[in-house]
Amino acid sequence: MPNAVLAGIEVEVNDEGFFEDPTQWTEEMATELADIYGVPTPLTDQHWTVLHFMRQEFFEKGTGPTVRKLGKTSGVTVKELYQLFPKGPAKLAARVAGIPKPRGCI
Amino acid sequence: MEHPKNFVILGAGTGGTLAANRLRKMYPESDLQIDVVDQDNDHVYQPGLLFVPFGLAFPDEIVRPRDRQLHDGINYHENPVEKVDIEDNKVTLENGTELAYDALLIATGSVLEPGETEGLTDTGWMESVFSFYDLPGATALAEKLSTFRSGRLVINIIDMPIKCPVAPLEFAFLADWFFTENGVREDISITYVTPLDGAFTKPTASATLAELLVKKNIELVTEFNTGEVDGEAKKLIGYDGTEVEFDLAVVIPLHGGAAYVHDSPGLGDELGFIPTDNQTLQSTVADNVFVLGDAADIPASKAGSVTHFEGEVLMENIEAFLEGKPLEASYDGHANCFIETGFSKALLIDFNYETEPLPGHYPGPVGLPLLKESRLNHIGKLMFQSFYWHGLLQGRDVPGLGPNMPTSGKHTADA
Ligand SMILES: Cc1cc2nc3c(=O)[nH]c(=O)nc-3n(C[C@H](O)[C@H](O)[C@H](O)COP(=O)(O)OP(=O)(O)OC[C@H]3O[C@@H](n4cnc5c(N)ncnc54)[C@H](O)[C@@H]3O)c2cc1C
Repeated sequence: MPNAVLAGIEVEVNDEGFFEDPTQWTEEMATELADIYGVPTPLTDQHWTVLHFMRQEFFEKGTGPTVRKLGKTSGVTVKELYQLFPKGPAKLAARVAGIPKPRGCI
Repeated sequence: MEHPKNFVILGAGTGGTLAANRLRKMYPESDLQIDVVDQDNDHVYQPGLLFVPFGLAFPDEIVRPRDRQLHDGINYHENPVEKVDIEDNKVTLENGTELAYDALLIATGSVLEPGETEGLTDTGWMESVFSFYDLPGATALAEKLSTFRSGRLVINIIDMPIKCPVAPLEFAFLADWFFTENGVREDISITYVTPLDGAFTKPTASATLAELLVKKNIELVTEFNTGEVDGEAKKLIGYDGTEVEFDLAVVIPLHGGAAYVHDSPGLGDELGFIPTDNQTLQSTVADNVFVLGDAADIPASKAGSVTHFEGEVLMENIEAFLEGKPLEASYDGHANCFIETGFSKALLIDFNYETEPLPGHYPGPVGLPLLKESRLNHIGKLMFQSFYWHGLLQGRDVPGLGPNMPTSGKHTADA
């Protein structure tokens, strides 16, 4: 299991860089993670809305939401999501929010 | 049981029909009254839609009356569902009919939502932009393809989930065959544009399918998230601003649950699918509501084969529920799909929640080849239509084939 040091704390991540244990995440780590994964910083209120929503969904449902669900429920439109988290909002926001890779659809 | 209990089934497609017929065989009318609701009377054999654009199947061959597929002793209501009240155990139809239930089965599948994508149904819709996922679309596309002799064909999945996630790939393979057969393949480029990070969702199958795309000279564009379809400028525009130009686009629209789900408090999720226990197939919104097929929000493909395997498990659990016993039957996520690859060949994949598609043979060491193109699989795919009408919908079991995924013919990693 590779480890990473974020905000001075050692955390467990998997090969793709997703957190193994979301409870290890702190808000201080988010900006560092954003820089690593190319999310524009400083993080805005809208970024935080999405990050908190991702974590809430993860703890309630066991997986982070897909982009479509985010667009329908987070209060941020899909278009905005792609501006906040360019390329793949669901995966990118999951990385920065310190939760595992969202289970896609099969 | 003292009085007949009321069992209501919403949807008379693959799942609703097979469940109604199985239940009718299990219980006499004095024990269980069965009411089935659907909005029209045209039961489409949906796997046949893939063949219509290429003139390999015709609308009248793949549509039959819904009520004729239901056995005697089943009440059929042809009217759209307006809402479900899970507090009062009652379904209301658009014509005002109310159906009270002791247990409810939701089998209203998924609906296409082309209107959800900017521009998709504007200029060019059904002229240079088509979908083959319903009968009008598949029929219109057949006419278009018969005169399309040069240019760029682009096939695009807007986003998951979609029904039969392999169907768009099959469409690409068949298009390659069709244009070759018509002597115009050299003048047509085919591009497959997907939001996934590979040709398919499952890694091993994805690699095999990507190789096939290369072999057939079909370009693969991955991780493309279509935000807009501009039918006038003839291009797909991604949310990140990237563009793919086309002369003819075949688009798989977004899918959602049936419309009434959004009007029924507490019944569905944001997309209109029903939260469901992925093993017992009981909904998590009410104990007496069960879900079969595409309507369920479970991590299985939206496919007829899934609906079929789920059906067997579900019947055991409905029986247990009606008798007040714990639900013990468990669905393992078993799915199998024939993937038509053109030139009278097909590939077969077989998998479940835990195991990804493996090479080998199905259902045992002597059987159909898995993850490999063969003529036998193509014949299997064609024969499936007859089994669909006469076996699957009628609620017949296949001798020697249970609902769970077989492993005996497969090459597992440690074998
Ligand atoms: C192009 C294409 C190719 C496919 N190929 C394959 C394949 O090769 N193999 C495979 O296994 N699967 C395939 N499928 C998928 C398969 O057809 C579906 O997964 C299967 O039919 C799902 O069954 P269901 O009962 O859940 O839904 P359906 O069979 O779609 O039935 C849902 C029913 O609910 C009704 N309904 C919806 N809303 C309402 C309402 N408000 N009121 C009343 N009734 C309503 C609809 O009219 C419909 O009859 C394919 C699908 C498509 C589109």
